[in-house]
Amino acid sequence: MKLRKVTAASAAVFALALTATACGGDDGNDSGSSSGGGDKIKIGIKYDQPGLGLKEPGGSFSGFDVDVATYVAKELGYEADQIEWVETKSADRENALARGDVKFIAATYSITDERAEKVDFAGPYLLAHQDLLVKKDADVTEATDLNDKKLCSVTGSTSAQNVKKDFAPKAQLRERGTYSECIAALQSGAVDALTTDDSILAGFAAQDQYKGQFKLVGLKLSNENYGIGVKKGDTETVNKINDALEKMVGDKSWDKAVEANFGPAEYNNEPAPKIGNIVK
Amino acid sequence: MFDFISDYDDPTLLGAFWVTVQLTVFSGIGSLVWGTLLAAMRVSPVPLMRWFGTAYVNIVRNIPLTVIIVFTSLGLADIFGVTMGARDDFELQGFRLAVLGLIAYTAAFVCEALRSGINTVPVGQAEAARAIGLNFTQVLTLIVLPQAFRAVIGPLANVLIALTKNTTVAAAIGVAEAALLMKEMIENEAQTLLIGAVFAFGFVVLTLPTGLILGWLSKRLAVKR
Repeated sequence: MKLRKVTAASAAVFALALTATACGGDDGNDSGSSSGGGDKIKIGIKYDQPGLGLKEPGGSFSGFDVDVATYVAKELGYEADQIEWVETKSADRENALARGDVKFIAATYSITDERAEKVDFAGPYLLAHQDLLVKKDADVTEATDLNDKKLCSVTGSTSAQNVKKDFAPKAQLRERGTYSECIAALQSGAVDALTTDDSILAGFAAQDQYKGQFKLVGLKLSNENYGIGVKKGDTETVNKINDALEKMVGDKSWDKAVEANFGPAEYNNEPAPKIGNIVK
Repeated sequence: MFDFISDYDDPTLLGAFWVTVQLTVFSGIGSLVWGTLLAAMRVSPVPLMRWFGTAYVNIVRNIPLTVIIVFTSLGLADIFGVTMGARDDFELQGFRLAVLGLIAYTAAFVCEALRSGINTVPVGQAEAARAIGLNFTQVLTLIVLPQAFRAVIGPLANVLIALTKNTTVAAAIGVAEAALLMKEMIENEAQTLLIGAVFAFGFVVLTLPTGLILGWLSKRLAVKR
């Protein structure tokens, strides 16, 4: 008898799940949504980059990308509780926009020509540079020759490729699955430096468990213009987001967000970029 | 459509797959040797050896390969300083560590395949060998294992195909094989499906002949009973 109850219950749950996914298919017009009674907006972010886009253990989200996206959503007419965060990993960003899974993406999305063929970009909203993160007491100061250094970066990332092709073809590059694994190698002394965008490095260095252990060298090895990705051809949304970004810089919210997320890392960030001004 | 492939010269597409082939060959030979030793331990008359073989297989077989490979680099190399004679050459170090991890993992499966082969050899064979005065090592190497190997070419082909595909996990510690090049291409080109298809095809080209040749061999060499 008990078994039959369980079966009935699970069938009900299954049916519910089916209907729930069925109404996820339309443009978010579910009647049973938040207390605001309005629509939801889906925004793509990273879940694993402290300081930029991080899913906290408690289920909340933090980071500069998250703050920018929240501000932009507000300008588009969505309160914070109407935002549905979606994880968009690097390799999945273009497809998520093309399929319409998310309205826009703010996930350390560097504007490049190849990507601009597939998606439209608003912004840029932050100019980052590839840099090195070293131990606090390391004596790497200016642009030293990286060729005799041991570096660590994430497998296949633009930063790793830059090292192999341009900056230091002879350097020993250790490629790892995540930045956290690189930090472990840096702590144990297996590598001299961790290299990627300074914004990401600052986010890691600002984390509680690493506070005061590492420093940014301040090399400007590349220009990474972080933009907000929007579905190709959706010019209306691009314009709205650009207006929102301008407003964010104008009312100093942009500076506050930078300070809140990168403050502890002594990150000398670039001033807010002008909309459409992509630094090659 | 495929013109972006020629933009990659270090490594080229073929070069990356060549590393995949090298990983497969070295790990294949190593795991065949180590797996055979393990199988010998599991059927040996010494309880300690039997215990070790059983414990090894049951532990290693149940750890995800990613965990093993990442441990070789994060644990062995970074923390314990086991750098396989390539302390200052990360490329070589990563390759050797990956081969080590793949051997450790694949050997457990080779051992189990072989043990099932040993079970196909009639008990009478081993008893007859004992009766003419051969010792355990001789019984195993001269009588039992040759027949066992011929019986398990099919299952071993499966293990080899799985190994070929498992080499992609080496990308996690930065070995420049096919999967790592795929990650780089996806990062730059924003063409996930097309690039994925190219690499999937590459692996089929590698594994399909392996399966066909070994399938034919297993039919030819099977012990007719």
